[in-house]
Amino acid sequence: MGKKMQIALTVNGEAHELLAEPRELLIYVLRERLNLTGPHAGCETSHCGACTIEMNGKSVKSCTVFAAQANGATITTIEGLGSPDNLSVLQQSFREHHGLQCGYCTPGMITRAHRLLQENPDPTEEEVRFGISGNLCRCTGYQNIVKSILAAAATINGAKEAAE
Amino acid sequence: MNDLTPTPEERTAKLKGLGTSRKRVEDARFTQGKGNYVDDIKMPGMLHGDFVRSPYAHARVKSINADAARALPGVIAVLTAADLAPLNLHWMPTLAGDKQMVLADGKVLFQGQEVAFVVATDRYVCADAIELVEVDYEELPVVTDPFKALEPGAPVLREDLAGQTSGAHGARRHHNHIFLWETGDEAATNQAIGDAEVVAEEMVYYHRVHPCPLETCGCVASMDKVNGKLSLFGTFQAPHVVRTVASLLSGIEEHNIRVVSPDIGGGFGNKVGVYPGYVCSIVASIVTGKPVKWIEDRMDNLMATAFARDYWMKGRISATKDGKITGLHCHVTADHGAFDACADPTKFPAGFFHICTGSYDIPVAYVGVDGVYTNKAPGGVAYRCSFRVTEAAYFIERMIEVLAIELGMDAAELRSRNFIRKDQFPYHSALGWEYDSGDYHTAWDKALKAVDYAGLRKEQAERVEAFKRGETRKLLGIGLTHFTEIVGAGPVKNCDILGMGMFDSCEIRIHPTGSAIARLGTISQGQGHATTFAQILATEIGLSADSITIEEGDTDTAPYGLGTYGSRSTPVAGAAAALVGRKIRAKAQMIAAYLLEVHDGDVEWDIDRFVVKGAPERFKTMKEIAYAAYHNAIPGIEPGLEAVSYYDPPNMTYPFGAYICVMEIDVDTGTHEVRQFYALDDCGTRINPMIIEGQVHGGLTEALAIAMGQEIAYDEIGNCKNSTLMDFFLPTAVETPHYTTDHTETPSPHHPIGAKGVGESPNVGGVPAFSNAVHDAFRAFGLRQAHMPHDHWRIWKIANELGLHG
Amino acid sequence: MIAAAFEYHRPADLKGALGVLAEYGDDARVLAGGHSLIPMMKLRMASVDHLVDLQDIAELKGIRVANGRVTIGAMTTQHEMIASADLSRAAPIMAEAAVQIADPQVRYMGTVGGNVANGDPGNDMPGLMQCLDASFTLVGPDGTREVAARDFYQSAYVTLREDGEILTQISFAAPTGGYAYEKQKRKIGDYATAACAVQVTKAGGKVTSAAIAMTNLSDTPVFSEAAGAALVGTTGDAAAVKAAVTAAVAAINPTGDNRGPAEFKRHIAGIIIGRAITRALSRA
Repeated sequence: MGKKMQIALTVNGEAHELLAEPRELLIYVLRERLNLTGPHAGCETSHCGACTIEMNGKSVKSCTVFAAQANGATITTIEGLGSPDNLSVLQQSFREHHGLQCGYCTPGMITRAHRLLQENPDPTEEEVRFGISGNLCRCTGYQNIVKSILAAAATINGAKEAAE
Repeated sequence: MNDLTPTPEERTAKLKGLGTSRKRVEDARFTQGKGNYVDDIKMPGMLHGDFVRSPYAHARVKSINADAARALPGVIAVLTAADLAPLNLHWMPTLAGDKQMVLADGKVLFQGQEVAFVVATDRYVCADAIELVEVDYEELPVVTDPFKALEPGAPVLREDLAGQTSGAHGARRHHNHIFLWETGDEAATNQAIGDAEVVAEEMVYYHRVHPCPLETCGCVASMDKVNGKLSLFGTFQAPHVVRTVASLLSGIEEHNIRVVSPDIGGGFGNKVGVYPGYVCSIVASIVTGKPVKWIEDRMDNLMATAFARDYWMKGRISATKDGKITGLHCHVTADHGAFDACADPTKFPAGFFHICTGSYDIPVAYVGVDGVYTNKAPGGVAYRCSFRVTEAAYFIERMIEVLAIELGMDAAELRSRNFIRKDQFPYHSALGWEYDSGDYHTAWDKALKAVDYAGLRKEQAERVEAFKRGETRKLLGIGLTHFTEIVGAGPVKNCDILGMGMFDSCEIRIHPTGSAIARLGTISQGQGHATTFAQILATEIGLSADSITIEEGDTDTAPYGLGTYGSRSTPVAGAAAALVGRKIRAKAQMIAAYLLEVHDGDVEWDIDRFVVKGAPERFKTMKEIAYAAYHNAIPGIEPGLEAVSYYDPPNMTYPFGAYICVMEIDVDTGTHEVRQFYALDDCGTRINPMIIEGQVHGGLTEALAIAMGQEIAYDEIGNCKNSTLMDFFLPTAVETPHYTTDHTETPSPHHPIGAKGVGESPNVGGVPAFSNAVHDAFRAFGLRQAHMPHDHWRIWKIANELGLHG
Repeated sequence: MIAAAFEYHRPADLKGALGVLAEYGDDARVLAGGHSLIPMMKLRMASVDHLVDLQDIAELKGIRVANGRVTIGAMTTQHEMIASADLSRAAPIMAEAAVQIADPQVRYMGTVGGNVANGDPGNDMPGLMQCLDASFTLVGPDGTREVAARDFYQSAYVTLREDGEILTQISFAAPTGGYAYEKQKRKIGDYATAACAVQVTKAGGKVTSAAIAMTNLSDTPVFSEAAGAALVGTTGDAAAVKAAVTAAVAAINPTGDNRGPAEFKRHIAGIIIGRAITRALSRA
């Protein structure tokens, strides 16, 4: 067992300080130390993407980051993307277009979709499929996920145009 | 009545009932990351457990030394078979009448098998401790080929069955033989085939795959020694069955066991059976007095939990030269792995494989299935299969294609000539099933028209010529499937899981202010039950679905049910929901009549209210009736408004569909592109079209994976070659095509709302559609049969062996 | 899923990183993006007692294009390379290849240094670097040296980098002419069944230079002089392409795996190399 070190994280706007072994995985720090159980673990070889969060503005698989590496980082999880009184456009769109079934891939998927739309606010269907290719889903066959993301983009862009 | 009175259409719409694409109530928590899955559960003092697993496929376990592991700070216990033996828990019964080791007892029989269970204060210490357990193995010869396993000198796998010449399903003819299950008339079938003008024979292999839900299996077991109560939270597709089994194994009475299936991240049949992890967690919790959590890794899941398929199906199909089928013979060599842990109803060791006459009117048929032990993980029945229906549909849809080649006939036409006709339903198949309803010709014609089948064949013919002229290196394949499947297990008289009849249940309680809570014996793993069962009830009882809470999965509160798998929820629990709604309505009718001061027979039901016949302005809504049930003293009627229904289905249901896959294949690289996929499903009455479409998309994508690259394969010494997601093919959004869904609606005559179930149809029909597309692309060059998966290298191999690489 | 315990170091500069490596020798490993090393550690297939995280070392970042030369800091991520307008102008093959590596999340973290330094035959950047005739800067306790990418790889996971050295940057002359990175894989995220990088220049209808390198077809990337030579001086017609493909395929030595047997990979290699050459020529 390694000795613990001080880890500072800003998660969903809140600052946290905790003692952790350097080898603790960010996914478990979030889930077990900070009780943010939105991101999920679906594999141990960094393939499935269910653990996807945002770290320093990047879409990152939190199962492939050591706590020590994340020291000082700014992190957003699904819990930081919307709340019951203030659901994000993506969260509403996924419900509207049946973009989820068992829900296990959903936090990672929406978190990734959020960053995708920052990278590319008006993607084509092909770009959406490529953009979420790091997130596996076993239930939906992706078709309604893609529909949900495209609809969210249209809503966000429509609102931007209306505002201008 | 005036302009402010809602119309019948408005009142119906307000219910969000049967047939509407009601948005899901589950989505609120899932999209906000507030689901409650097993690994989310935290309890005070909770420990973590995990396994030492065998790297060998077949070996004696000479010794296990856990001293160093136990000495590691934070390690609480290390359990081996020796610790479980005094409790008689080192072995446990399977769902198939066999037994399996919980922890290695003298030997191991497959790579990844559980050898010891380490319990520690956290997952990090647990992982370190596992590395410190020393196991001394002596390797034994391995057999991974079921045909070799039945040879005279084959290694003995099941020493625990030494000398037993019969098992749960009859006689065993070899030490690695499990059972021979037969149905149909072999003599008459052989006669018909012998007399036939045309016979096609083929070995059709449906390879081993794995359901691989995104959430792996796991549980939290918590023995409360103060109250003598065991709580078990876990990934259980059949929580009540798990409770009964846990009671039988542990000796704790069922009323002192609470099993809870919380949110489950996909099941697909992987989460039906009882795993060593559950048993070890329970024992560890009893021994330590603390909650114990076990969550498996993905490699554990792929290597050791219920796999699917591995059926070698040797078929002979006979026909007149005009293409009328006269007989079907099928012998299956079924590779069950080291223990027969198939999740089948007990009387059906080969599940419902004998639906393999499919959509076709075949006068005589025979099926014989030989189950075999090999050095692989146990299982076989899983992955949206409806108990081997995926295997059966693949078999018949491939035999039809091979027969079409033999006859020199178009495969769509051959199907059409042999479909069971609409007027033949209910149809008694040669293998003993009574199909409830179907209209195959309508579905087929609709499908062929939708894709312009004639145009596609013309395009294909032109492409073949262009290929021969050297103008293109891409072939076009048209994959056809018309499947009939069988779901909704099932009638108690012949369907049971470990003795529990396969009924299901729904209990509902209406509250005074007109909303309700209903609980069922099923458990959603993503199918949207909280949304859809409320829709069935809403239409029956006239309260909005938004006012009906649906709960499943807690055995302390939910009525006994057999769980969710085999697409049984709609046919069985859905029927119970409809019938319980009618019980509510029956009592509500009496209350309404009392309130309206008329006889019971003088009121009639109208969407959401009872109306006096001939006086429509006099009515009582269900909401008003609910209040009255709690408020009024009604002579002869108990207060309250609740009911329960346990439904024993009179028959299975028979959904069907027509799928057509248009695929481009690059002959040089072996890569493919699905240009079009059309899926027409007939699941009878459609409860929620949006959810049906989602099920079809998902099932087709699992089918794509299975047909086009996914497999669980082993080398000659039993090493699993596909134990991570690097090599176990799960398509991303890029590899997944766009699907066009369509439907016809042929209600089930015996189901209270005519619904048949649909969850598994897309996997049943999808795999033959994708596979037939590959075969069809090469038909013009002489291909008859090539085993799945059709990954790049195996498609390349087809082209290479046909001489297409010049 | 859980790595063995280690001690963690996050030096502020290169000197600090070299110091830790010098102190702990082969018990220490550097951590770049972590998406090769961390999965290995989680499976306990790599044992690391001292992990040296390079993320704070500023001099390892940055993409510079100056005087016809491209220099990329080792800690530059695939995502940063794809997003760099300067790099897209100077060497468009870089983005074309990078976008075919792994998936979006891995590209946010995976670095060019990590991809070229560890000697994994499945990585895409090494072959590409050989095609571009790149130079790797290695900094160690004894100073700084340059090693050509074409010399760097000896066998699987064995390179010319000494244990105490850190690969700090890659550099190459900005290429001209046509380019292509062609990769066949089983799905997004997979390593190559076969991949090929090609840069060609043409003048007066004739090929004036050609560099062809292959990935995941041997235990190292394969740069084929002979394949390039087979194109130079020709018009790049079908016969020349065929000759180049034949030469390139002769230089590889694929092993069978779940993607398929060696014979299959050899055939696919020929197809992929041919397509890469043809596409590069069309852009020249």
